[in-house]
Amino acid sequence: MPTKLSARLSSFVLSLFLIAFALPAFAGPFEDAVAKFANDDFSDTDEAIGAVASSGNKLAFPIISALQDGRLMADPDSKKVYVTGTDGKSIDAATGEAVASVPDSASAVRLNNRLRRSVDAALGSLTLQSPDLGARLQAAQSVFKSHEETALEPVESALAKETNRSVKTALGEARAAILLFKSDATEVQKLEAVATIRARGDQDALALLSDIGTDQPASVAKAATSAIGSIQNSLAVWSTVQNAWYGLSLGSVLLLAAIGLAITFGVMGVINMAHGEMVMIGAYTTFVVQEVIRTRYPALFDYSLLIAVPLAFLVAGAIGVLIERSIIRFLYGRPLETLLATWGLSLVLQQAVRTMFGPTNREVGNPSWMSGAFELGQITITYNRLWILCFTLAVFAVLLAMLRYTSLGLEMRAVTQNRRMAASMGIATSRVDALTFGLGSGIAGIAGVALSQIDNVSPNLGQSYIIDSFMVVVFGGVGNLWGTLVGAFTLGIANKFLEPVAGAVLGKIAILVLIILFIQKRPRGLFALKGRAVEA
Amino acid sequence: MPTKSIHDIAASFSRRGVLAASAGLMLGLASISGAKAADDTIKVGVLHSLSGTMAISETTLKDTILFLIDEQNKKGGLLGKKLEAVVVDPASNWPLFAEKARELITKDKVSVVFGCWTSVSRKSVLPVFKELNNILFYPVQYEGEESERNVFYTGAAPNQQAIPAVDYLMKEEKVKRWVLAGTDYVYPRTTNKILEAYLKSKGVAQEDIMINYTPFGHSDWQTIVADIKKFGSAGKKTAVVSTINGDANVPFYKELGNQGIKAKDIPVVAFSVGEEELAGIDTKPLVGHLAAWNYFESIKTPANEKFIKDWQAYTKNPKRTTNDPMEAHVIGFNMWVKAVEKVKSTDPDKVIDALPGIETPNLTGGVAKMLPNHHITKPVFIGEIKGNGQFDVVWKTPSLVPGDAWSKELDGSKDLIGDWVGKKCGNFNTKTNKCLGSGS
Repeated sequence: MPTKLSARLSSFVLSLFLIAFALPAFAGPFEDAVAKFANDDFSDTDEAIGAVASSGNKLAFPIISALQDGRLMADPDSKKVYVTGTDGKSIDAATGEAVASVPDSASAVRLNNRLRRSVDAALGSLTLQSPDLGARLQAAQSVFKSHEETALEPVESALAKETNRSVKTALGEARAAILLFKSDATEVQKLEAVATIRARGDQDALALLSDIGTDQPASVAKAATSAIGSIQNSLAVWSTVQNAWYGLSLGSVLLLAAIGLAITFGVMGVINMAHGEMVMIGAYTTFVVQEVIRTRYPALFDYSLLIAVPLAFLVAGAIGVLIERSIIRFLYGRPLETLLATWGLSLVLQQAVRTMFGPTNREVGNPSWMSGAFELGQITITYNRLWILCFTLAVFAVLLAMLRYTSLGLEMRAVTQNRRMAASMGIATSRVDALTFGLGSGIAGIAGVALSQIDNVSPNLGQSYIIDSFMVVVFGGVGNLWGTLVGAFTLGIANKFLEPVAGAVLGKIAILVLIILFIQKRPRGLFALKGRAVEA
Repeated sequence: MPTKSIHDIAASFSRRGVLAASAGLMLGLASISGAKAADDTIKVGVLHSLSGTMAISETTLKDTILFLIDEQNKKGGLLGKKLEAVVVDPASNWPLFAEKARELITKDKVSVVFGCWTSVSRKSVLPVFKELNNILFYPVQYEGEESERNVFYTGAAPNQQAIPAVDYLMKEEKVKRWVLAGTDYVYPRTTNKILEAYLKSKGVAQEDIMINYTPFGHSDWQTIVADIKKFGSAGKKTAVVSTINGDANVPFYKELGNQGIKAKDIPVVAFSVGEEELAGIDTKPLVGHLAAWNYFESIKTPANEKFIKDWQAYTKNPKRTTNDPMEAHVIGFNMWVKAVEKVKSTDPDKVIDALPGIETPNLTGGVAKMLPNHHITKPVFIGEIKGNGQFDVVWKTPSLVPGDAWSKELDGSKDLIGDWVGKKCGNFNTKTNKCLGSGS
C-alpha cells in the first residue's frame, strides 16, 4: 500500500511538474494574443479577448476583468500589456510577473459596444464557478444572452456543482438558450429548452424565442410560437400594471410640484407665476449642498438630500416671505397685476440664477439609494421614482396635519375663510399672509430637491412645471388639498394610459382638451369648496 | 436644432408684449457697447440668445466669437483695422431675432453676423438678411433642405451627421431594428424623414422602424424607455437614433440608466448631445452610448490642443469644455477673414462671391472648404461617452464629407442642388434644368 501511495504521489508531483513545464509551451499563442491588445485596433482586441478567454491560462480572468474596468494598460511602443490591480500594483499581462511601474506611454485598452459584449461573454464563462453568488448569477445571465456553444461545457459542469436555487435556474436557462441555438442538439433537448425559456417568461426570453430562425424542426418551431404567444399575453397584463405604476409616479411628481401652489394659489388666491422658480431655487439649493459635501465631506454624500430638504425649505420659504412682503401684499385682490408682477419676478429670478450659476445644466448626483431599479414580476420599478412617491405622500401628510392641528394652520384657514372676522378675533392677518406664502414657497423648494433627481437643474427648470401645476390645482378644485391630490393622480394615470396609444405629444394635448371640457362642466374643479368662503 | 420649451411658447402668446419689453430693456443695456461706434473698426455682429431657454447653448457661442475677435485683433486685426464685436440678445424669442438682426445691420452697420441656433430663429432672420443683403454664418447642425445666398452653413447637413451615424450602427453594431426618437419640431421630423427613407432603401422593413416624438422639455420618459426596451426584445439588434432636444436628454439618459438599458444592449446615438449637455449628468451609467459630430473636444491634434488651451485661458476657466458648434464658428470666422483679405473689402456682395472655394484648416486635422451650395466639407466622427463626460472617438469617415443642401433621400429634393457660383441659384433642379427661385 505505502509503495502504491507513494507511487501515486510521485506521479501526481510529476504531472504537476509536467503541467508547470507544459505551460510555457502554451504561452506562445497566449503571449501573441495578449500582445494584440497593444495594437489599438478593435478587431485585434476582439480576437485577443477570444484567444485569452479560451486559453485556459490562469491570467485570463485578471486580464479580461481588467479590460472591462479599464485597468488593462497597453504600451504601443514596446507592445507590452500590463494589468493594474485595484490595489495599484501592476503585473505584466503576458507573464504574470510583477512590474514596478507601468510606462507613461501606456494607455488603457479601448473598448466599444461590440467588444463590451465579447468581454461579458468571456467573463461569463470564466466566472460561472466563482465563489461569489452575485458574480455567478451575472455570469449565468451573460451566458444566457450570448448563448455561445463553447459555453455549454462550463455551464453544464457549473450546473452539476451549483447549490443555490436561483443561480441553478439561471444556469438552466443559459443551458437551454445554448441548446436552442446549437445546430446538433436533439429535438427533445430543444423542446425542453423551449419549455425552460417559456417558464422564464420575460422580455429576454421573448427576444430569444423570436430569434431562433427557420431551420428548426417543426415541433420546436411550433412550441416556440406557442411559447411566444403565452409570454406576450402575460406581458400584456403586466404592461397594464406598469402603466398604472408610471401613472402613479407621474402623478406624484405633478402633486409634488403643485402642492406648494395649492397653498399660494389654492388657499391664498394669489396667481403665483413665480412658483416654478421656487422649485428651481430648491433644486439649486440641492446642488450647492452637494457641492459643499463633495468638496468637504464626501462620506456624507448619501445623506445630501436629507440635508438639502430642510435647507431648501428655509431658502425658498425665506424668499417667499420676502416676495410677499415686498410685492404681493400690495396687490391682493388685483389678480391681473399679481399675474404680471409674479411673472416678471419669475424672469428676474431665472436671470439671476443664470448669472450666478451660469446658463448650463448643473449636475446633481443621485445618492446610491436612489439609483437603479428592481424587478417586480415583469415590471421595472426605479428607486428614484419610488422614493419620490413616498416623499410626496409624506409631504402631503405633514402639510395636511399642519393645517389641521397647529395654531398657524388654524389661523391660515381662518384668514382665508373670512379675513375681517379673523382680524377682529385678534389674528395678525398680514403676518399670517406672509407665513402662508412662505409655507407654499418652502414646499415648492422641497419639491425642487426631489425634482433635481429626475430633471435638469437649469434656470428653466421651473418653467416646465408651472403650467402643469396650475392645471392640477384648477382641476382638483381651488382651495382643496385633497382635490389637488386626487387631481394630480388622475392626470398622471390618465396621461400614462393615453401615452402608449396616442404618443406623448397627442397624449398631452388630449389631457388638456379633457381638462378644458371638464372645467366647462364643473368650473370649480373636482372638489369645489362650498359655503360662504366661495363668495368672499 | 434645440428650441425653447412649449410652456415658454405658450407663455409668450399671452404675454409677448411684456417679454419683448423686458427683453428690450436688457438688450438696450447690452447694445450700448456697440453704440460707441468708430469708423476705423470693422464691426462683427453676434446674434445669440443670452437669456431665455436657449441661453444654455448659445452663450458659449457668443463667447467663442468674442474670443476669435480678440485673437484676430492680437494678430493686428483685419485690413489694418481692428475688429469690434456688437453683441445683442434676442432672448430666445424668434420675432426678436429678426428685429435684432435688422438693428445690427441698419443701425450698427455690421459687416457680417454670426448667430442663431434653432432652425426657427434662422428662418426668422432670413428675410432680413436677404432684404438688407448681409452675411449670416450659421454654426449648428440642422435639417438641410435650404441654401440661401446670404447664409453660410458651417454646421452639419444631415448627410454629414445622421447618415454616417446610421451607417456605423449598421456595419459595426449590426443593428437591424431602429427607434427614431425625437423632440416634436422641424429638425427631428425632417431628419427622421430622411433617415426613414435611407433605412428603407437599405432594406429595413417598416415594422423594424419605430418613430417616436415627444414634446419640448419632456421629463417623464418611463413609458417611452419601457417601449424602447420592449421594441428591442424582438430578437434583433436594436439601436436608438436620438434627435431629442438638448434639455430633455438629461431625464432621458437618467431613465435609461435607471431602467438598466446598457449601451451594449441597446446603444443610443444622439445628434444633439455634446460635451456641454453631458456636463449636467453623471455619465457613468451612459458609458458606451454614442454621439455623432464633426468635432469632439477629446480629438488629439495640435490645432485642437492649442485651441482648447487658448480658450480656457481666455475664459479663465480651466474646465471650460469645447463643442462642435464652437468649431463651426471657428471655421466660419476664419473663412470670412480669408475671404475679406482676398477681396480686400468687407462689402457683403464681394465677400459672398469670394467665400465659395475658400479653404481653412479645421481643428481635427482636416481642411474645411466652402462649397458652392454654401455648406462646407467636414469629417464625421462617432464618439462613445466616457465616464468623465468626454467622448472617445471610435470611428471616423475615411475622408471629408461635402455637405448636401438638399437631401438625396427625399423625393421632393433629390434632384435639387444649391449652386451660388455657376447657376447663382439655391434650389436648381438638375432634371428640368430650372431654378425654382425663392418660391420654395
